[in-house]
Amino acid sequence: MDAIFLQFLNGLDKGGAYALIALGLTLVFGTLGVVNFAHGALFMLGAFCAVMLRKIFNISYERVSETEVDFLGKPLKEQIPYLKGIFGEDLGGFMLDYSVPLSIFLAVIVMGIVGFIMERGLIRHFYKRPHADQILVTFGLAIVVGELIRHYFGANPIPQAAPKAVSGSANIGYLVGLGPNVIYPWWRLVYFAFSVSIIFGVFAFLKFTTFGMVVRAGMQDRETVGLLGINIEQKFTIVFALAAIVAGVAGAMYTPILPPDYNMGMDFLVLSFVVVVVGGMGSLEGAVLAGFLLGILQSFASMQAVQNLLPGISQIIVYLVAVVVLLTLPRGLLGRKGVMED
Amino acid sequence: MDRKTNLKDWTLFLGFAAVVLCLPIILDPIGANYPDLLQKIAIFGIFAIGFNILFGLTGYLSFGHAAFIGVGSYMSLWSFKLLTMNVLPAIAFSVILAGMFAYLIGFVSLRRSGIYFSILTLAFAQMSYSLAYSVLTPITNGETGLQTRAIRTDPATSLLDGDIRIIDQALGIQEASVPTTHFFGMAMSGYTGFYFCAVLLIICFFIAQRLTNSNFGMMLKAIKSNQNRLNYTGIHTRPYLIAAFVISGMYAGLAGSLMAVTDPIAGAERMQWTASGEVVLMTILGGVGTLVGPVLGAGIIKYAEQKVSSWNEGILDSFFSFLPEGLQHFMSGLGALFVGEGWHTTLGLLFMIIVIFLPGGIMEGIRRIAAVFARKSKSNNTSAAAPQPAE
Repeated sequence: MDAIFLQFLNGLDKGGAYALIALGLTLVFGTLGVVNFAHGALFMLGAFCAVMLRKIFNISYERVSETEVDFLGKPLKEQIPYLKGIFGEDLGGFMLDYSVPLSIFLAVIVMGIVGFIMERGLIRHFYKRPHADQILVTFGLAIVVGELIRHYFGANPIPQAAPKAVSGSANIGYLVGLGPNVIYPWWRLVYFAFSVSIIFGVFAFLKFTTFGMVVRAGMQDRETVGLLGINIEQKFTIVFALAAIVAGVAGAMYTPILPPDYNMGMDFLVLSFVVVVVGGMGSLEGAVLAGFLLGILQSFASMQAVQNLLPGISQIIVYLVAVVVLLTLPRGLLGRKGVMED
Repeated sequence: MDRKTNLKDWTLFLGFAAVVLCLPIILDPIGANYPDLLQKIAIFGIFAIGFNILFGLTGYLSFGHAAFIGVGSYMSLWSFKLLTMNVLPAIAFSVILAGMFAYLIGFVSLRRSGIYFSILTLAFAQMSYSLAYSVLTPITNGETGLQTRAIRTDPATSLLDGDIRIIDQALGIQEASVPTTHFFGMAMSGYTGFYFCAVLLIICFFIAQRLTNSNFGMMLKAIKSNQNRLNYTGIHTRPYLIAAFVISGMYAGLAGSLMAVTDPIAGAERMQWTASGEVVLMTILGGVGTLVGPVLGAGIIKYAEQKVSSWNEGILDSFFSFLPEGLQHFMSGLGALFVGEGWHTTLGLLFMIIVIFLPGGIMEGIRRIAAVFARKSKSNNTSAAAPQPAE
């Protein structure tokens, strides 16, 4: 029971990441009608926003230490981040410690700009091209972005620490009354809560604002919305930027769980595409549902008992589910009629 | 088919064969005349021709063709390990197995079309890739990769570390310490290896050409232009699609097998989906749906890969040495993004540029240029002819 509950928790944070990426992917897909293979690269860029922010915070100058000496008795040199000089010891230290959550702000700004430029500069010209062309051009873009990141940050994963307050593990079992064996890292719980709140935020935005109403109308029937005199193309840019921001903050917050490297975008891209397809193309609820579902399934498949029964299942479970779902439910779990049917 | 088109086809075929066989001479001036690269060009040419039979003719974009490369490579190596170092059975088994594998995947994937088909093939390829690294390690030897070994003396040795080669042993063939692949005695390395691949490439080209011009090929093109209408006229398109998928899978299996023939080692990284992406790029770069285009694309990409990834900042520095010093450093710093390790950046950019500006690939570019010249000469003719009626 404990093990099952633990695997369930394990699936939640992974599923949260899948759901966030798939949400943006399907949003862009439903409104703009564009298959974006560079969406994983956006997730990766967001993760590197966190890396970048920590690098900036850590820019430091050297100072001769007053208290500590090395073994020869000479005073040690110590690195003092400028941050502490500017904001003082307390606030500076706090900012350093919380660089990952703080990087959300950086990610929102950077990803908003990146999304805007990408839509205006590239995606816009591909609305009317065949899906194959869209796939290929964004695939090329994903390669370029990944390689540029590798050029500047190197090929090795760069670990990021979670804030100290939540870097330990929580004794979940104690909280839900399952015995003392269910211990789980705090940060993963934070990530789960974070992803759920972002998902609710996006849904609320689409549900309760006029802008969201227009976007939903655009998902139903793009042409009619245009005929009603609404500048739908302008809205599309914002939708794309929004999707980029969602993917970006998802990536930034994921860094303490998985050290980012230039290739993580590709890994997540393939999986989140599968998630979108399983959930149903153009269905936001489907993407979220399928994201969590596949995340949880994947973590259950990696349990030892399951591994003994069906070796290697954890590697292929996601794809296997995708194949089965696509063959039995052609539109995916919650797919809508008329979206991407050719 | 009337005689004129027939003649045109034969000219194209003979021209192609001549160019392929003369590749060592043609590529000599640009420094690409070494067997390793030539072999790669021929092998990826075969792969791209096969991929084009599916993508170019039917418009179904598969993202999983690398899986068949992997199947072909592994099968060939097992044939080397168990039967004989002769490449003929290895190639035959690889093509057959890849065909069967393609039938299975195609049977399932082709139930859907468009992006769903792409995702399904991608899913299958990723599954094969993951399985090759995990459960199938006894067959694939995991990350180490499968390779040929000396004949085992102790039956307790695992087959991964010692080969048996039943046929070779029965025939009493003596081998040196490192077994080499051969085609009835011709060692498959260096230029002989290239010519072996080249002959197969020409045969494959011939088959693809016949297929494209046949009724079957017409049917595939009809599927690309309007599958619905074809269904309405009462034609069941699925068997045609499956046949095309299997044929292109067999081409990929052959290519995978030849990779093992020229260099007897197989690893699962060949099956990664970026490898599938590479063949898509080759086809697109050369020209989707054309016969020569994919081979051209494969050649250009393999050549560029060898060249660009071997450049370094020193070469760039000397290249930009005519510039003032500050600018020189800036330019070589900028250039360093695209050469050496950054070769993939160039590849990605190339990909984007081709898709954005020249969706028909190089063949389309050639056609456009030819059309411009044709128009010019035509207008010259008319302008020369114009005064006559005035008289």
